Amino acid sequence: MTVSIYEPDLGTPAPASGGAPVTLEINGMPVTVPEGTSVMRAAAEAGLSIPKLCATDSLDAFGSCRLCLVEIEGRRGYPASCTTPVADGMVVRTQSDRLAKLRRNVMELYISDHPLDCLTCSANGNCELQDMAGAVGLREVRYAPGENHLAAEVDDSNPYFQFDPSKCIVCSRCVRACDEVQGTLALTIDGRGFASMVSPSAHEPFAESECVSCGACVQACPTATLMEKSVVEKGQPERAVVTTCAYCGVGCSFRAELQGEEVVRMVPEKAGKANHGHSCVKGRFAWGYATHPDRITTPMIRRSIDEPWQEVSWEEAINYAAGEFRRLQAEHGRNAIGALTSSRCTNEETYLVQKLVRTAFGNNNVDTCARVCHSPTGYGLKATLGESAGTQDFDSVQQADVVFIIGANPTDAHPVFGSMMKQRLRDGAKLIVADPRTIELVRTPHIEAAHHLKLKPGTNVALLNALAHVVVTEGLVDEAFVAARCETESFAQWREFVARPENAPEQLSEVIGVPAETLRAAARLYATGGNAAIYYGLGVTEHSQGSTTVMAIANLAMATGNLGRPGVGVNPLRGQNNVQGSCDMGSFPHELPGYRHVSEPTTRLEFERAWGATLDPEPGFRVPNMLDAALAGQFHGLYLQGEDPVQSDPNTQHVQAALKAMQCVVVQDLFLNETAKYAHVFLPGASFLEKDGTFTNAERRISRVRRVMRPRAGKADWEVTVALAEALGQPMPYSHPSEIMDEIARLTPTFTGVSYARLDELGSIQWPCNDSAPLGTPIMHGESFVRGLGRFMLTAYVPTEERTSRKRPLLLTTGRILSQYNVGAQTRRTDNVHWHAEDRLEIHPSDAESRGVVDDDWVAVASRSGETVLRASVTERVQPGVVYTTFHHPVSGANVITTDNSDWATNCPEYKVTAVEVAKVMQPSEWQREYGEFTARQRAFLPDGNDKTPVTESDTSA
Amino acid sequence: MTPDKLVYMANQIGSYFTTDPQPEHARQQIAEHMKKFWAPSMRATLIEALDRDADVEAQLDDLVRQALIEHRTLLLGSAANA
Repeated sequence: MTVSIYEPDLGTPAPASGGAPVTLEINGMPVTVPEGTSVMRAAAEAGLSIPKLCATDSLDAFGSCRLCLVEIEGRRGYPASCTTPVADGMVVRTQSDRLAKLRRNVMELYISDHPLDCLTCSANGNCELQDMAGAVGLREVRYAPGENHLAAEVDDSNPYFQFDPSKCIVCSRCVRACDEVQGTLALTIDGRGFASMVSPSAHEPFAESECVSCGACVQACPTATLMEKSVVEKGQPERAVVTTCAYCGVGCSFRAELQGEEVVRMVPEKAGKANHGHSCVKGRFAWGYATHPDRITTPMIRRSIDEPWQEVSWEEAINYAAGEFRRLQAEHGRNAIGALTSSRCTNEETYLVQKLVRTAFGNNNVDTCARVCHSPTGYGLKATLGESAGTQDFDSVQQADVVFIIGANPTDAHPVFGSMMKQRLRDGAKLIVADPRTIELVRTPHIEAAHHLKLKPGTNVALLNALAHVVVTEGLVDEAFVAARCETESFAQWREFVARPENAPEQLSEVIGVPAETLRAAARLYATGGNAAIYYGLGVTEHSQGSTTVMAIANLAMATGNLGRPGVGVNPLRGQNNVQGSCDMGSFPHELPGYRHVSEPTTRLEFERAWGATLDPEPGFRVPNMLDAALAGQFHGLYLQGEDPVQSDPNTQHVQAALKAMQCVVVQDLFLNETAKYAHVFLPGASFLEKDGTFTNAERRISRVRRVMRPRAGKADWEVTVALAEALGQPMPYSHPSEIMDEIARLTPTFTGVSYARLDELGSIQWPCNDSAPLGTPIMHGESFVRGLGRFMLTAYVPTEERTSRKRPLLLTTGRILSQYNVGAQTRRTDNVHWHAEDRLEIHPSDAESRGVVDDDWVAVASRSGETVLRASVTERVQPGVVYTTFHHPVSGANVITTDNSDWATNCPEYKVTAVEVAKVMQPSEWQREYGEFTARQRAFLPDGNDKTPVTESDTSA
Repeated sequence: MTPDKLVYMANQIGSYFTTDPQPEHARQQIAEHMKKFWAPSMRATLIEALDRDADVEAQLDDLVRQALIEHRTLLLGSAANA
């Protein structure tokens, strides 16, 4: 679906809430718009274009360029149409001889200090200054050459865009975008009058400033002052295709702007309902991995991981994999093989992989990477509210009075939603942060958390119980809500439980590491501050009590009546682009699409009829079960689509040993990832730019992924799964992913109304979408909970067994950073390495000092699982006794240290709590040395022409 | 899978349901959790180990051990009497 390269710009935003209709006359035409609309926007909606430069509909009106002047009967002078609201009966003229003269004079002044190099300018053909010169009929510039900015130097320090101040008209759109849209305030107008200049931070180059490279300033710039380097290099795009970002769970809508099949730039779509025209450095700029030379585009096989790869045809690779899987089942039983779906792939692709497992493999040994991130969300929210999903849409935050963030770092991991959140916090919402680290939102320009509960890692449940204790014992329960919406018995049990003295803040304060009075104040604010919304991430789920924490969060929201309307809710911030979707599609071993257990006879019969196969009524293996079973000699074959457990799963050496024990590991991926080094079959994957499908983001929003280029290996991922299924004797006669979605809709009650035609019509749809909600469901649990009455669950605090000791006195916790993404397979193959070329260990100054460690030192981090070596960053972001690292670079071996502890209910790994010791060292760890050797050997096994060089130095050297 | 790991996982499940004020209900919930989320071979391996290995019996928390014994049929299905 190709769309125009030009998006309409109505000049100013629509009024915040649709006001009463106002009718005015513009150039003799009656125009009716909502109260609060600007004259400029009213004219644009009527098809009348008023010249403008400083105005754009993504930013508040500024009124500085004086180009949008109009005449209004009964008013003196020439008001700026962008800052003048409409009024009933107003009579406006947008064109007159006088206006034309004024505008020409304004343009003449602009052009007098602008390089007249239009023919060679990168914005040629898409320049608002050029357009306005034409619109006002500028024919000459009468000013003699004089002082000007034409010799100003270009700042090309940012890897993705350049700043050419000689072309700047000081309209402040970039400064305002950084302020209003992104909320970073990295830009300012420095100087006064003629000396006014856009300045990143304090006269710093862009790359060294506070700029987070979200691209909002580039998008807002009306000239070539801020321009993507890809456009400077390639020229203006010729067409655009609307698609969905393949990075985090925000699921931003983008326009892939193209020349032929080549992406020139990715621009966030203004109509995108998740992102409203905003983006982050990953989605906006880090797409170059799709055409990176490391891509492997020819299928390969080998009998042993100690042998070189052999390039083969698709047919040969598929038949080899199918033959091996059948052999293993014949020799070791039906349950000896399984598969992993990916939260990086589309709904249609994950649906097909689980269908392949349940039909062609004949078992339920299918799992997904949500196992290691948000599986506790599915368990906890299903148990309490009745649906394994977040309750709100992102826009809901704009109606929140209190925002409670626990175990999430939105400005790094969900940056576009983080910016939306910043807007609301700057508008007055109060903020509570519960996090062992000082995340950016604790204190950032114009925002300061009312309470930062800097808890000790592993004490989430204690903290939530303490908050609930205050709610219950201080009479802050919303009794009417609970009586109407929740189970009487489970509430009574829970109320008695949390009211016990052992759950009082004073009792738990020392365990949590937060003063009791702070806990009490935070609880009071959450319960009485108006609409209160909880946002949480992997800092909640990736614990031995992950599921308990999710249930404690739901309890707290129910008890205070903070569910079922805008501005409130329980909001899991999903890590990857399609975590929600991969779970929805039946990727877990115990449930079919739509979260229905495999043991339900009616559901199973429905699928058996549709799929023409008999289904196993018992749950299959989870990922950790598969690995354990492999080491026990009971599990021998694994098909992994877009997954890299060697890097992403805990206790790396355990994962490596388990994969080595398998006889047939089939990896379908873009690159020779860490897991592929243990594979016997490599099936080339397709990037999100090369296939059709859908992703479902953290707010249950299903959005289209649209193919903009042909698959580089000849097949989209869904076609590969179809071929494998058919080689295994299970026909999957689909000709397009839309047919797969049609099947999903037929079989999944929450998807009944979803189709590609409907998605094209509505842009995106939030499930449930069915006869009772034909347009989808932005806010869930409105009148009643999905399970009927809300169920309170008891949430006793059980300390993790991973505890500090004299030998390992520090607690390691892990997380993400803005510029890199998860295992980094994509972002490490982009210029994002500029900001994060290596994973580092954050350590508090007191812990560093006692170990003789200073910034940039190499330090060994040792746990009971293993040891790795990282460079130290000494910072007060972490508290004494806590160290922190990211896991974006394989050589860092962050998961060499993490343990096999996991959530009691779901086996989600406890990445967030590992007891470690840190010591200054001079050389890499033994694991890193072995990793380097193994990686070099595996790369040497690749056929000529494929990836033989390190992606980055940090890939192979510590 | 090794019984040690299964014992650990089972005790972890038990630790959640310990808070249930009705032990009978807690035992039922433990068994239903395993039935719902554990592959049959995992349940069979644990119960077999409980049957033949005194160490396993000792390592299992009381509530969990009782749940496995009381709900053997639920957990093993037709193989319970084999």
